[in-house]
Amino acid sequence: MRAKNFKEVALGYTPAMAAEEAGRCIQCPKRPCVAGCPVNIDIPEFIKAVREGKMAEAVTVLKSKNALPGICGRVCPQETQCEEQCTLLKQKAPVAIGRLERYVADWERENKAAMPPGAPLPPPTGKKVAVIGSGPSGLTAAAELAKKGHAVSIFEALHVGGGVLMYGIPEFRLPKEIVQNEINFVKSLGVELVLDAVIGKCDTIDEILGEGYDAVFLGTGAGLPMFLNIPGENANGIYSANEWLTRTNLMKAYLFPNYDTPLKVGKKVAVIGGGNVAMDAARCALRLGAAEVYIVYRRSETELPARREEVENAMEEGIVFKFLTNPTKFMDDGKGWLTGMECIQMELGEPDASGRRRPIAKAGSEFVMNIDTAVVALGTTPNPLIAATTIGLKTTGHGTVVADETTGKTVKDKVWAGGDIVTGAATVISAMGAGKRAAADIDKYLMGKQ
Amino acid sequence: MKKLYKILTAKTLVPNIHLFKFDAPRIAHKAKAGQFVVLTKDEKGERIPLTIADSDAQAGTVTIVFMEVGKTTRELGLLQTGDSIMSLTGPLGLPTHIENYGTVVCVAGGFAVAPVMPIARAMKQAGNKVISILGARNKELIFWEDELRSVSDKLIVTTDDGTYGRKGLVTEPLKEILESGEKIGLVVAIGPSIMMKFCAKTTHPFGVKTIVSLNPVMVDGTGMCGCCRVVVGGQTKFACVDGPDFDAHQVDWDLLAARQRTYLEEEKQAMENWQCQCGKHS
Repeated sequence: MRAKNFKEVALGYTPAMAAEEAGRCIQCPKRPCVAGCPVNIDIPEFIKAVREGKMAEAVTVLKSKNALPGICGRVCPQETQCEEQCTLLKQKAPVAIGRLERYVADWERENKAAMPPGAPLPPPTGKKVAVIGSGPSGLTAAAELAKKGHAVSIFEALHVGGGVLMYGIPEFRLPKEIVQNEINFVKSLGVELVLDAVIGKCDTIDEILGEGYDAVFLGTGAGLPMFLNIPGENANGIYSANEWLTRTNLMKAYLFPNYDTPLKVGKKVAVIGGGNVAMDAARCALRLGAAEVYIVYRRSETELPARREEVENAMEEGIVFKFLTNPTKFMDDGKGWLTGMECIQMELGEPDASGRRRPIAKAGSEFVMNIDTAVVALGTTPNPLIAATTIGLKTTGHGTVVADETTGKTVKDKVWAGGDIVTGAATVISAMGAGKRAAADIDKYLMGKQ
Repeated sequence: MKKLYKILTAKTLVPNIHLFKFDAPRIAHKAKAGQFVVLTKDEKGERIPLTIADSDAQAGTVTIVFMEVGKTTRELGLLQTGDSIMSLTGPLGLPTHIENYGTVVCVAGGFAVAPVMPIARAMKQAGNKVISILGARNKELIFWEDELRSVSDKLIVTTDDGTYGRKGLVTEPLKEILESGEKIGLVVAIGPSIMMKFCAKTTHPFGVKTIVSLNPVMVDGTGMCGCCRVVVGGQTKFACVDGPDFDAHQVDWDLLAARQRTYLEEEKQAMENWQCQCGKHS
């Protein structure tokens, strides 16, 4: 049933469940979970407040370190971060920190009136910062800088704020109302959100600096889709995951024709790739009405880069996984419509640079999958627009911007960067961590502390 | 509340073809000939690309011209001076490359006289002799004839049915100019895909460089989705960031035509659904 609609899949805790789970935390003095969190939330403190029923206090503790808890509670890979460090991991299950974070964020959203007024903002410093991109790194950097008293403007290319949180991650995993609610919190700190502004086209970074901004943070993510570069890939019915997800999530194609943007969903859909984006695309395909949905991945189940939870959800919903399978060409009906995908079987050889075993094609093992829709989810690289239009910014061969790992400082004066634009496609929370660290360094710079 | 973009002037130029002049200083101060904007009417609207027909950096205005072809453009056609739309983004795409080629022929098919205007003007300002060809189905659909003439050294008007100017297609005078022996440095052809394709076929034997502005389906318009991919010279390009101008002799026209047909059924469905709802309300 759930695989037919876009309602959120994972249900939140009840108060009793939350209290019970919070009671499991032993409040150990070492607090390894805090170090496991890219934004260093005071995890034991907020859990203690939940256990004692002091929900407003739990919210305050949580939001002092993380402006986007409703988002993180849903999409963070806690199993490889805070929860992996939990002292209870060795005994049985770690405390479900992510679920508790979400519970606290949801409680706040539903009990706004019960919240004491937030800490007053410091007096304005008179410094202006431009944040480019309103995804996770930009929103975090903006919130942190605003809390220090700086005047912050976020420039967003699309017609709504949120970046990948809006166009990429589907409603059933991250309700868009929650994203907008957390953006409104960032705006409540005094941050200005300028929409429809494609920096590099309407204004360049150098022009922004010339207009009186004292610093710029680049958080434009990795928006350029990779394709397979195999024959037939431009047939009708073949999408990048970005297009598939943007039409579905940002433009709400699942509500067509009530919403104007359509998406052509066939009966048999193959999603190529094994990351979280591939799982999202496949689960969207099911909800959009596809009869059969496949994940086609060139390595084996062990190497899937997606979160285990996402893979399990996809399998439970009936998505068929074709492991050790690599597409070699697409076929059409002579009128440009996709009819099939030729694939070759793979086997695993020695580990490659990524540490995963390299897939090798088995000669003569080609076969054809009859499909009418394909979604290419091989990953993304940064959009070259900013790098191409900014004087003195350094990029790598992968198109990522070169920035200091700890501070996010680029080689260009007054310009910092963080998130996917620096690392290539990664997670929401790692981008938030980078935004937070860069904001701290920008603040130091603006206040003349370095 | 989100900023709205106000329509300073809404005008119906000829039946089903409308002009909007927007208050959009951020776009106006950067817009160059050949670039486009992406427009969204409201929260439920789709993002549609439209080539900039005119811009005024000092006044902070951007002008677009569109033809009613589906539900979205029909709805837009109902808007009037003083109304607003939700989103206007630009300038997007690469500007048309302007230089002194000697003589440039600008061919405008149908309502494409609008995107051709700024290019013809820029070519004229760059010192070119500009010969323009303006073609439409019939007399009723001709607009901006005087405007185009004012930036051209010579203007030839054609109509399919002969109700105005010379009877026939734009490719006929184009071919005659090429055959006349006059040295042509560049041909710029903008209009429906089929017209651009035949302009390319016309100029190819003469070896005259020909630029077209491609109009595939787009979503974001910033290089993010790849919906607008076209093949030019055997290479896949994104029309939104690598174009929209491309070498007409290198374009895979059949692929473009096929991809433009992707959502025909859905467009029909959206239109029927809308007309049905309109019927209920009126």
